[in-house]
Amino acid sequence: MAEIVLENLGHSYLSDPKDEADFALKPVNLTWQDGKTYALLGPSGCGKTTMLNIISGIVAPSHGRLLFDRQDVTQTPTVERNIAQVFQFPVIYSTKTVRQNLAFPLECRGVAPVRIKARVAEVATLLDLDYALDMPARRLSADQKQLISLGRGLVREDVSAILLDEPLTVIDPQMKFMLRRKLREINRETGMTMILVTHDQSEAMSFADEIVVMKDGLLQQSGTPGELFSRPQNDFVGYFIGSPPMNMITLETRDGVLGTDALDLTKNLTVGTAGSRHQLGIRPEHVSLVAANAENIGLGKIKKIEHLGVDGVVTLQLATGVLIKAKTRKHVEMSVGQTLGVNVLTDDALLYIEGSLALAQ
Amino acid sequence: MLQIDQLTTADPKVSLQDISFQFDAGNIYTILGRTGAGKTELLRALMGLNSLVKGDIQLDGQSIAKRPVKDRSMSLVYQQFINYPHLSVLDNVAFPLRRQGKKKSEAQLLAAKMLTTIGLGDFLQRRPAQLSGGQQQRVALARAMVKKSRILMLDEPLANLDYKLREQLREEFPRLVAGNDDSVILYTTTEPREAMELGNTMIVMTDGRIVASGPPADLFAHPPTKDAASVISDPPISFIAGFVRSGALYFGEDQLAPNNGLHLPPDGPVTIALRPDAIELGGAFNATIGLSEFSGSETIVHLDFDFGRAIMLVEGIETFEAGTHISVSIQAEHIMLFALDGQNITTRTK
Repeated sequence: MAEIVLENLGHSYLSDPKDEADFALKPVNLTWQDGKTYALLGPSGCGKTTMLNIISGIVAPSHGRLLFDRQDVTQTPTVERNIAQVFQFPVIYSTKTVRQNLAFPLECRGVAPVRIKARVAEVATLLDLDYALDMPARRLSADQKQLISLGRGLVREDVSAILLDEPLTVIDPQMKFMLRRKLREINRETGMTMILVTHDQSEAMSFADEIVVMKDGLLQQSGTPGELFSRPQNDFVGYFIGSPPMNMITLETRDGVLGTDALDLTKNLTVGTAGSRHQLGIRPEHVSLVAANAENIGLGKIKKIEHLGVDGVVTLQLATGVLIKAKTRKHVEMSVGQTLGVNVLTDDALLYIEGSLALAQ
Repeated sequence: MLQIDQLTTADPKVSLQDISFQFDAGNIYTILGRTGAGKTELLRALMGLNSLVKGDIQLDGQSIAKRPVKDRSMSLVYQQFINYPHLSVLDNVAFPLRRQGKKKSEAQLLAAKMLTTIGLGDFLQRRPAQLSGGQQQRVALARAMVKKSRILMLDEPLANLDYKLREQLREEFPRLVAGNDDSVILYTTTEPREAMELGNTMIVMTDGRIVASGPPADLFAHPPTKDAASVISDPPISFIAGFVRSGALYFGEDQLAPNNGLHLPPDGPVTIALRPDAIELGGAFNATIGLSEFSGSETIVHLDFDFGRAIMLVEGIETFEAGTHISVSIQAEHIMLFALDGQNITTRTK
């Protein structure tokens, strides 16, 4: 188990990168503490897999250093890094039993049979797979197979970190839930650092203590799920974290004051550079809907109601034609065409200047 | 209009068991089920790709069960983005029209129109490999739609796309398929939210059978069986073994459960279902926190009660330390009762 430090770490697949655009991973500084859970989150092609491959040693970075417990492992081959990896699709030995699958990594390392037996039993208990030890691995369901893939990493006592590369892709939604719970329990009980790569923001939010959001090879923001949700540093994070994405409402400057006819927000908005783009970012979860005659900061007409189960998403058209989405549990009582009052707390409306969160709030 | 009667197959993985249903033109039917529920098998049986042991398929009152695949007026979009790699985007979409015997110029004109509708008007001359995953899947969708088939089937079309792209295509979907008033659209998915968002009618399948169908909001509120409730619920609904005795409801054998507004069945065992919004912070029930996770602006808390495990949904992002104890209340209006055979026996008094 180890603390992992990325020191000015970057990678270009070109031999002679000219500018930033030539980097699949633009140089980044990050510290991952021992025993915590992390998620690398971003769309396809954002550089998250390059970062993962650098950590596991499959790719040697063109720039910077990688440290495990302050030891430079930048050039250390994969086998010597003691990284366990779980992939998108379960990798199991289908002709072997569950017991044999779990024992295999230890047999390869020449561990004493009596020790192997004890370790396999421990890990099987941790995974709730005791009952299945003598079953052929191919008979198990997809989520159980993924647990075995993970278990083959866990049996080793020298593992620095567990890398999970979109491991829940082939798992049904309901089972994802149970598997995520299991992963967290394993993290808590073993204290192993876990790094999850995913494009799924809800998966990242529910799994990780800290999330690294990436786009176009560039780190966008790194923080706890709560920080990313309540204070997205830029419009991309506001869009990528949360579903539906953050509402972005364009502001106009009139007589030196920022505002919009769509919503009467009387907060003191600092004007940034004249001529730059100013927007208010408001989470759909922070838009509350009230009767049209109740106190409100703007009126909206319901264009669409989406029933998503416990909650729903209501799209409203504000006075200026601007659309705003609200997430609510009261959607069942509403109907399309109805006019409602909109309220947003001052602290929940964030000012973005040219797509970046304005600091002076 | 498409009607299926007692459709039964003998497929190697999942067989369809006596499925009857009537699909109306102009409607979008989402077919929700877990992997292995028989969703793909149903589409393949309709297409004629899997053979029937029993049953009939009728299109506008005429049996098509013995017709070859190409004469059934059906199109299927797969989970994988299947396009012709050597053809331009335009020719990919024009291809089925050419096969129908249309002239090249006419086929290309119709294809260009369809691609423009679907937001790919600027990419006509590109090859599929030069497009993003979401764009490639739109090409496949355009090729399926351009034929104006009576039945348009989409088999987990968004499953291979990134989360955000899925969100965007879900949002666009009604517009993408608008104007298909003569067609029946069938859309399979494993995601309850997707099924609820996109379907006018939602069909729930388990084990090769249709176990529930209806408008999504109604099905969510009144799932006919425990299985259906479980498939529809995301985050999961929790089931607790319970008991009815002398006009009172109990979790387990002896922990009194709220029952205001509920008609209780006769004395005996029942399954009590708790939706994630049935449990609220503060109240008379004690639980240990197993785990808490964030989902957007909500916190999903896994609770261990002495009568079983359940999931609570808390609005806002709050940290709950695993292993600590909290007290909660349980809202009777969000409780459902199921008989031991799985039938929903919830009736309310108001």
